[in-house]
Amino acid sequence: MLTVVILFLWASILLYILLGGADFGAGILELLSPPGERTITRQLTFRAIGPIWEANHMWLVITVVILFVGFPSIYATVSTYLHIPLLILLLGIVARGTALSFRSNDAIKDDLQRVYSRVFIAASVITPFFLGIIAGSIVAGNIDPAANDFRNAYLYSWLRWFPLATGLFTQCICAWLASIYLIGRSDTEEDKRIFIHHTVIAHIVVLVSGILLFLAATADNVPLRAWISGNVVSLLAILAAVLGYILIWFMLLLRLTSIINIPAVFMVTMLFLSVTCGLFPNVVLLKNGVTLSLTALAGRQSITDLGWALLIGGLLIFPALFYLIYIFDGRTKETSL
Amino acid sequence: MNDLLAARSQMALSLGFHIIFSCIGMVMPFFMAVAEYFWLKTHDKIYLQLAKAWSRGVAIFFATGAVSGTVLSFELGMLWPNFMAHAGPIIGMPFSLEGTAFFIEAIALGFFMFGWNRLKPWFHWLTGLVVGIFGVISGILVLSANGWMNHPSGFDYINGEFRNIRPVQALLNPGWFPEAMHMTIAAFVATGFAVAGIHAFLLLKGRPFLFHARAFKIAAVIAGVAALVQPISGDHSARFVAKNQPAKLAAMEAHYYTGPRAPLLLGGIPDNKNKKVDYAIQLPGVLSLLIYGDVNATVKGLDQIPVEDQPSVTIAHFSFQIMVALGTALAALSAIYLFGVIGRRRWRDSRRLLGLFVVATPMGFLAVEAGWVLTEAGRQPWIIQGVMRTSEAVTPMPGIQYTFILFTLVYLVLTFMVLLLLYRQIRFINVLSN
Repeated sequence: MLTVVILFLWASILLYILLGGADFGAGILELLSPPGERTITRQLTFRAIGPIWEANHMWLVITVVILFVGFPSIYATVSTYLHIPLLILLLGIVARGTALSFRSNDAIKDDLQRVYSRVFIAASVITPFFLGIIAGSIVAGNIDPAANDFRNAYLYSWLRWFPLATGLFTQCICAWLASIYLIGRSDTEEDKRIFIHHTVIAHIVVLVSGILLFLAATADNVPLRAWISGNVVSLLAILAAVLGYILIWFMLLLRLTSIINIPAVFMVTMLFLSVTCGLFPNVVLLKNGVTLSLTALAGRQSITDLGWALLIGGLLIFPALFYLIYIFDGRTKETSL
Repeated sequence: MNDLLAARSQMALSLGFHIIFSCIGMVMPFFMAVAEYFWLKTHDKIYLQLAKAWSRGVAIFFATGAVSGTVLSFELGMLWPNFMAHAGPIIGMPFSLEGTAFFIEAIALGFFMFGWNRLKPWFHWLTGLVVGIFGVISGILVLSANGWMNHPSGFDYINGEFRNIRPVQALLNPGWFPEAMHMTIAAFVATGFAVAGIHAFLLLKGRPFLFHARAFKIAAVIAGVAALVQPISGDHSARFVAKNQPAKLAAMEAHYYTGPRAPLLLGGIPDNKNKKVDYAIQLPGVLSLLIYGDVNATVKGLDQIPVEDQPSVTIAHFSFQIMVALGTALAALSAIYLFGVIGRRRWRDSRRLLGLFVVATPMGFLAVEAGWVLTEAGRQPWIIQGVMRTSEAVTPMPGIQYTFILFTLVYLVLTFMVLLLLYRQIRFINVLSN
């Protein structure tokens, strides 16, 4: 059952990046779009994520629940020492979710729409940045349970080059995913051209931010290279991710964009697989060299019951979710009322 | 303000905020389903307008409830890491099952909100019903976790360690049933009276008559039935508390001295120094009677509970009195209204009765908040009754008072925005109907 629980944890984080991350990315794209194209981005975004953002968002909650039920020491440590970035993440999630809902459900469309949009955009930029910071800090080895002062315990646990670079990389991946998904959601050739253009830029930016991530890892002595090349699975996965990256280049150049989201999802999955396999079974690396791993269990019975709950839950959730995505494949002109 | 008090205040604020939105998210789908049912049966356009108007409101409340619920799942660890490190694996069942239930609720809401023209009419209606059913299920599941904090079970506590964890037994803790029952009914009472009150107000202002009259009736009948049932569940809960949490019962009844023929107090201001209650109406023996069915039964008082294990009598007593007073008032109003509806009395639509409903608009939610203050403050100083103190669970991070201020501001802004959107929504109904 431990395997089931770990697989669900892994899949939940991945799905949150692939689905929830793309939602954030749509907000980032809205910011980066020139004023003339902003409305198109907004309308496509709303159509694409309107019915499903609340469901996408649930993957984060599932992740949190798996952590505190199955791996409580990881949950308690992370939420103690990364309190500040978590706090900002939460404010971002609140601002973004409410702004999106207010924007589409406010009965009267007036100047307030601009306010909602600004809040939505700002929160879409900030939230994935801090999500990345949290992910980076967990593995960067700067969480110091022995620290006695506020700064070392609660500030420098995350305010480092590697976590910051992970934040930037996460933002880029989110925007990149969103622009790729929106190519498929476009109704007209003109819209499609716009998002292909965005994707080309995003594709370069992702690479640059990835290189920055490596530089930051070197600066902070984070063994990122060892994780992605230390074992066979990680190595194969990272090679597959590179192939995916190149394949997307060709698809963009040849305008073969009808199934471009498949290599995109593949590439992100492989990147995630490579790093997580390199780390496995460790999750949190502390400053004193101690690691909190997935083998430090809460208790056999808790894991077994959690595994069953997840399996039964998955049986109910996945079919409904696929049907929801199938019904609202984004090519409809539906709005809420 | 010290960090413990700040952490408790922030948690109380977050829960107090979230509970309003979760009640609405649980109950409103049923109202929409009733309205849509009448639309499908009668093809009366007003019911369709009503279902759509309500669903727009629900989307706003649901989103706010979803994000404030996410905040809570993180805050549990950010404010109470030591509690979660030990309790997480034990009370994992309710949370993981709740995750599933809420997930289904969110998916069904996507179908309902965006599927008006894409789904078959009765399938669409069904998705709305699924939103409500799974909303109630997820609420009931979460209450198991709180029930467990009040009545911990499913583990052995040996030398300060939690051993032999049995999550299913923890899920089925004895506190679950009374709490789940009381709170689920309360959600229907609170939401129903809030909705009925708003529509009664608009009726009194002469807004589109049929629209608001129908909305009012759906909400008032459901709320009325729930409010009449609630005292039974309340009585059950109180007897359960008396048996299992004597400190909480003694504090909420401001019962300082153990003894037979314990009086029931109506109102009153507890005087902790002199251990007496001023200005209360005392009904001798009634407390004994209510709890044990015998006026001469002995009820344990605060004198038999160590001082360091006692909750605040003032907070517990006031919140209890407020909850009971509001609940009684709503039950009385419900009895009058339902009598009028069943007996087809003409005064059931009178301005005076509508006026009473307008006054009652916030009462259900105030009672819910008071009830939660009682449940949580009445359990103090414990976070897990008899096992772990709240002071042992709090985060070591200093400066929680600043995050408390921050959260207060955020929730104030959100409250203002939701009220503004509600107001604009109501204005929009008028435009639509004209």
